[in-house]
Amino acid sequence: MVARFGHTPIGSARAIRERIQTAGFDSPPLQMTPEDAKKGLRWAAVEVPSGVRGRMSLYGPQIEESEAAIIINDADLAFGCMGCARTNELLVYLIRKKGIPVLELRYPADEEEGTEFVAAIHDFLRDLGEKNE
Amino acid sequence: MSSYKPTYQGTVTKYVFVESPYTTPDDLASLAYEISDQAMIKETCFGLQVTGKEEDVEKIIHQLRTRDPAHIFVKDRGFPPGDPRRCRANLGGARPGYYGHEFEMGIIKKISKGIINFTSRDPGKKANPPVPQSDARLDATTLTKMMEAEVP
Repeated sequence: MVARFGHTPIGSARAIRERIQTAGFDSPPLQMTPEDAKKGLRWAAVEVPSGVRGRMSLYGPQIEESEAAIIINDADLAFGCMGCARTNELLVYLIRKKGIPVLELRYPADEEEGTEFVAAIHDFLRDLGEKNE
Repeated sequence: MSSYKPTYQGTVTKYVFVESPYTTPDDLASLAYEISDQAMIKETCFGLQVTGKEEDVEKIIHQLRTRDPAHIFVKDRGFPPGDPRRCRANLGGARPGYYGHEFEMGIIKKISKGIINFTSRDPGKKANPPVPQSDARLDATTLTKMMEAEVP
């Protein structure tokens, strides 16, 4: 949707791709290296579980790169393990703290909501474009 | 410890999902093969995976979208197709992440309808999107008061 309306989406797949296309000693991303947990310290405190810090080594740079965010809440889709769920909470917190424009939505339940969902994302991205001009 | 040698370096992989009464993954695959040049096309049950240089992939996807703009959705993929760490041929069972796609395929029908209806919508009308329902949670102050009020 973001690409459709002329902006560049930032997704976790990009971070994963960057990681798996880099030669090294470990087979990423199934193995988190000690280095990742250290990188994650930039965004999460030392007492935060290393699983969250490891994930933050992927997502943290993307938050810094982002200029706006669309948060879609109440996903029926579970967020996997607790590491993923807590990282998701931390990401939402960091995005709000960053002070960038944020659009908060939930997944549409019917076609009417689908139209409003699309319209809201379109208007949000259009307004961003106007601000940047 | 053995060194890790990545494959498909310098390429991007994108998923192309199609959920349409007019276009099937097979139609898209035929079209993609015609224009693929050096990119790798893999047909799947939900659409395609396109792997290649970023500019080639973008060009192919741009053309694929024109086929059925409201029903084609694109998303990035980290792993290339057939990667032994993710491919179900090596793991057994559905590929990790497939369940996420299954969930999304249920939603994109509503989004497709939204994209179709959106064009005939009054552009001046303010959007009234579905917003997250706020569940009333116990705040810390009330909890403190309750704890202090507790009678042994």
